[in-house]
Amino acid sequence: MSAIYKRELKSYFHSMIGYVFIAFLIAFTGVYFMAYNLNYGYPYFSYVLSGVLIVFVIAIPVLTMRSFAEERKSRTDQMLLTAPVSLFQVVIGKYLAMVTILAIPCAVYLIFPLIIKTQGTAYILADDMAILVFFLLGCTYISVGMFVSALTESQIIAAIGSVGILLLQYLWNGIMDLLPTSAVTNVIGIGVLLTLIVLAIWHMTKNIVIVGGLEVIVLAGCGITYAVKSSIFESALNTFFSKFYLAGTLDDIVSNHLVDVSGIIMYFSLTAVFIFLTMQMIQKRRWS
Amino acid sequence: MIEVKNLTKCYGKHLAVDNLSFTVQEGQIYGFLGPNGAGKSTTMNIMTGYLGATKGEVLINGHDILKEPEEAKSCIGYLPEQPPLYMEMTVLEYLTFAAELKKIPKAERESQILRVMRLTKLDPVKERLIHNLSKGYKQRVGLAQAILGFPEIIILDEPTVGLDPKQIIEIRELIRTLAKKHTVILSSHILAEIREVCDHIMIIAGGHLVASDTPENLENLMSGTGHVALETKASKEQMEVVLKSVPEISSVKYEETDEHTTLAYIESKDGTDLREKLFYTFADARIPLLTLRLNKSSLEDIFLELTQGGKKQKEAEKKLAGKEEQK
Repeated sequence: MSAIYKRELKSYFHSMIGYVFIAFLIAFTGVYFMAYNLNYGYPYFSYVLSGVLIVFVIAIPVLTMRSFAEERKSRTDQMLLTAPVSLFQVVIGKYLAMVTILAIPCAVYLIFPLIIKTQGTAYILADDMAILVFFLLGCTYISVGMFVSALTESQIIAAIGSVGILLLQYLWNGIMDLLPTSAVTNVIGIGVLLTLIVLAIWHMTKNIVIVGGLEVIVLAGCGITYAVKSSIFESALNTFFSKFYLAGTLDDIVSNHLVDVSGIIMYFSLTAVFIFLTMQMIQKRRWS
Repeated sequence: MIEVKNLTKCYGKHLAVDNLSFTVQEGQIYGFLGPNGAGKSTTMNIMTGYLGATKGEVLINGHDILKEPEEAKSCIGYLPEQPPLYMEMTVLEYLTFAAELKKIPKAERESQILRVMRLTKLDPVKERLIHNLSKGYKQRVGLAQAILGFPEIIILDEPTVGLDPKQIIEIRELIRTLAKKHTVILSSHILAEIREVCDHIMIIAGGHLVASDTPENLENLMSGTGHVALETKASKEQMEVVLKSVPEISSVKYEETDEHTTLAYIESKDGTDLREKLFYTFADARIPLLTLRLNKSSLEDIFLELTQGGKKQKEAEKKLAGKEEQK
């Protein structure tokens, strides 16, 4: 694992992507810092970070696009997969290398609250927490980008795919506001979503009895719950999907100075899920 | 030792490897021979654990490549068809990475890399970026990577493709040196190469193993197909009459030339040499022989015969099946 980690880290600096990523992140933060903290005198650095979040939409895909796509295209994956290392070590080695690159600008960010302090009151603990959450959010996005890169042989497609997903994340709250709030539309929406899941199961198993049974349970469940207590369905979709707005945890720190532990647990779980999916994707390719 | 049992690999509906079974003994050079698309690379990819098989199993020194991948893979050095090179690294950096990846202890790493570089003659280019190397050198870097750590089994997929004749000879010599201590499996569609280097040839066609034997035995297997070429001044009709008196002949093909001579290609029934008998027969008939020559089938003929699904392919397969049963 350490061999892969070291090689990967070095290759980011051989190919300039590492430098560009770090410079891009620090430069943007510097501009926002200048505007918010130095010009307007706002004492919280965390506010800058929530503004810089848009940079992730471009920067993270640039970092992750080549991780597996290029490996596959140049056939170097043959070397990794036939070496006496497990697939988990390969994936983790690559992931940690990307996380290390992200950690460099985040470490530089630690200086900004100190600059604020030289000019007056600074909220160092709150700002450092914000930087940590910002970093963890980046780590989660990296795992998503890495997964997308494992799906394809083309770096460009990997980059566009990741930008699409991260942009969707960025606009998540706005999109969720479009969801209807009334109980009737929500129960129909949930019914349709669960039916889609049942169809996916049908696609995998092709077993009419199980799938038919599941569909009946899903529809009956929705209908009965609605008949008994329709109020649970009010804004149910919105409430459920808002949980997946990952930047929400950072917003909490910025606006309320509260750290939402459940949000951090969400980051870790999603990261684990995407690392697992990346491994599954590579396994799948070996077998098909 | 490698045991491959009932290996089958499908790509969608296309059957790339079909129920392939063989055993590779220690300390020999094995050659995988087959036309393009015969399933050589797929088989090698499965043996090294890069691809999964649809059915069947591969045991490397008793370790199943799927169930104990790390133990099995540590016994193998693999050079794929396209060398897996990181273009942005120098040769030395790349080999250091390969050594770490193969878990060679830190103390031995440097000496091993030096030894491998000497064997593959990479010393003069060790500080250069792989991206800037010529194809031949890239191939050697790939080879160096495969033999690093000196694993028991070295698998090389078309190791001499794209090399110039001098490099080919060097690599062949290297393979022979390696074979003293290692089992080497190499694939090629070039016959001369296989015949020159290998102790044992496995011919694959359409995903089947059609023959597996030493080069000498393979040539003997086909000895029955040797034919006698004969040229006389007689006409075709006269020759037909004469040849009818030799009962051992199974078939004759005639060819009339412009210089009023006739050529005949004669095959015998049981593969015996008919030259002497033919000489006396024609002498008795007072027809002078201009040419009398025995054409033995070469490995090329065997290869073509076996891979293009002729009658001999079935015979060879039968023979192979018989051998398996005896075991």
